Amino acid sequence: MLRSLLFVPGNSPAMLLNADIHRADGIILDLEDAVAPDQKDAARILVRNAVRTLQYAVQALIIRINPLDTAFCREDLETIVPLRPAFIMPTKVAGEGDIRALDQMLREIERKNGVEEGVTRLLALIETACGIENAYAIARAPRVRALMLGAEDYTADLRAIRSRESGEIAYARSRIVNAARAAGIDAFDTPFTDVNDVDGLLNDAQAARALGFSGKAAISPRHIAGINAAFSPTAAEVRYARQVLDVIEEAQRLGRGAVSLRGKMIDKPIVERARQTLQMAHALNMEVDEL
Amino acid sequence: MTKLKSTLRSALEAAGLTSGMTVSFHHHLRNGDHVLNMVLDEAAAMGIKNLTLQASSIFPVHAPLIGHIQSGVVTGIETAYMSGPVADAISHALLARPVVFRSHGGRAQAIASGRVHIDIAFIAAPCADCAGNLNGLYGPAACGSLGYAFTDARYADCVVAITDHLVPYPAAPASIDETQVDYVVQVPCIGDPGGIVSGTTSVTRDPVGLRIAEYAAQVMASSGLLQEGFSFQTGAGGASLAVTEYLKPLLRARGITAGFGMGGITGAMVDMLENGYVRSLLDVQCFDLRAVASIRDNPAHQEIPALRYAAPIARGSAVDQLSCVVLGATEIDVDFNVNVHTDSSGVILGGSGGHSDTAAGAQLTMIVAPLMRARLPIVVDRVGCISTPGSTVDVLVTQRGIAVHPARRELRDALVAAHLPVYDIHALRDMARRITGTPAVLPHGHRVVGVVEYRDGSLLDQIFALDE
Repeated sequence: MLRSLLFVPGNSPAMLLNADIHRADGIILDLEDAVAPDQKDAARILVRNAVRTLQYAVQALIIRINPLDTAFCREDLETIVPLRPAFIMPTKVAGEGDIRALDQMLREIERKNGVEEGVTRLLALIETACGIENAYAIARAPRVRALMLGAEDYTADLRAIRSRESGEIAYARSRIVNAARAAGIDAFDTPFTDVNDVDGLLNDAQAARALGFSGKAAISPRHIAGINAAFSPTAAEVRYARQVLDVIEEAQRLGRGAVSLRGKMIDKPIVERARQTLQMAHALNMEVDEL
Repeated sequence: MTKLKSTLRSALEAAGLTSGMTVSFHHHLRNGDHVLNMVLDEAAAMGIKNLTLQASSIFPVHAPLIGHIQSGVVTGIETAYMSGPVADAISHALLARPVVFRSHGGRAQAIASGRVHIDIAFIAAPCADCAGNLNGLYGPAACGSLGYAFTDARYADCVVAITDHLVPYPAAPASIDETQVDYVVQVPCIGDPGGIVSGTTSVTRDPVGLRIAEYAAQVMASSGLLQEGFSFQTGAGGASLAVTEYLKPLLRARGITAGFGMGGITGAMVDMLENGYVRSLLDVQCFDLRAVASIRDNPAHQEIPALRYAAPIARGSAVDQLSCVVLGATEIDVDFNVNVHTDSSGVILGGSGGHSDTAAGAQLTMIVAPLMRARLPIVVDRVGCISTPGSTVDVLVTQRGIAVHPARRELRDALVAAHLPVYDIHALRDMARRITGTPAVLPHGHRVVGVVEYRDGSLLDQIFALDE
């Protein structure tokens, strides 16, 4: 379960060394925005060596590469594909065409490196107005297993004003979640950019979870605890889910059709949601029976 | 008879300063202190030689001491801590006699027992009256507690108070009173308040330091000690200070109030006092100006002498009442011995301060440190200098795991039960070495430049000159 994905600059040895101690479910080693153009090659080598040496204790290792239209992109892929990260994150993905071009390149590189063809998976970062409009096509493109919204570039592209309440990205968020769910893949929310505003982060993460996002990116380790909390089921939710399944079992045993709990009809979507909640609780080692 | 002298020279003459004496200084003005330098400059001008300096700590601001050592004005140093140019110079064998390092409690006890004799104690006094009633609470160089100066004032043959803030008799409160003071001299400035605040006293924002601090608080929570009346001390390092931030929600969640917080007191500790997390503070030195204001205004924030703070005496001292102390380390070895005297190159950069005292007294002694510093593992096979014996250390907390002293099996079991990442200390060493490789052992010179006395006066270790 990937609730939190922590961005880590690819050119910082100290941060790379400790990238996996912050309880983020996944880490995104960044070769793109965090790294100045004259440090791209150094960062690439550093990230490669870090991944080989440190054996990061995280559920998902993700590496963000430079945009397709830069010369760095191919070099990034040549270095990174053999490392077999869980995902490669292409940036500013505007449409299916970008993914197809990337797929071609990956195919060649996989072949050259003796990596099984098609095995490299993508987490597409969508951060343009065009990308948002094409979200579903991107979600269905080859290799794409998740989408992420990048709100800073996106709102700049929109010429919108970025706010703490994030009303300006409501459309993009909903569209990304809908596209990802329609394609049967995960959706990750944009990072909250005020490192010191822990309350703001918590509200933002809860709003993202409510919209249906699977998890959220972070640019600071100090945001991880809040994100993990927001994307984990609460004890009350788990307790309710348990009750729903108990009531359903009981009804089946007694051969009853319709059942209710706390005065509410328990129908199929509620049961399905309860199952999802309990699956999450188990994945997080929450002690379901004791709750 | 008036105790008030018009010049420093006349005070030194009245006090009978002669060559070969032992003179003492306290370090509450920290890196802002002007008093040690001005007294030694004056002594040098008087042609005095061969002084032994009994200073509770020496800071970078005391760099002029090097010249006084070279010219023979100072030929011996006994202290609890030294950093900066003097420490570097000592490591390069500047002084013929080894520096004697004691802990704060050990120093106070050595003076109180008469094993160390002080001829003249010079007390930097932020506030004084003409009769020698002194406190650290008022004046331009207010430093708060005068904890380390109490023992010197009480046991020295002669006591000279040096102040830049002379108030009408009686100065109140009298932390050190007129019955102990022989002379008072007014000078333009005893210190720079900006230097009282140390750069290491702000809570860290470094995520690695915060991770360590969170683990440290969880260790406290799982140790069984976090009950009503729990008492604690944290060092002045950023990670130690962050521990108090994580401690607050734990205290709140359990509905308990800590009995006392002790040590060098910081604004973070004052926050805990003012917000009801802790009932009182025992303060041997103030680490920042917030603490200075608090000790002046809040009766629950008490000034305590070094002897009461940390001395290894049969009647006991406050360290013996500590539930938990959080301390730093430059390195720690697989037997849990801790070095806070020298860095990885063998250069002196600190000293025990209250490290070994609190470690000996507290029920739970926790060392917090990153697994690696720069390219060096924090856990080594043998520390360069034993500052605090491993037998008094219970836990090492790093960002990647926690090691428990093998003698504390029940603690280890409790931490494992709390799902904390507990490892054998050798495993933590190896974890770092997988990344750094195994560092070569650095050869040292043959000359002994420092001896480390344990708090009971026994010899704990020696510090050697660098291999030149």
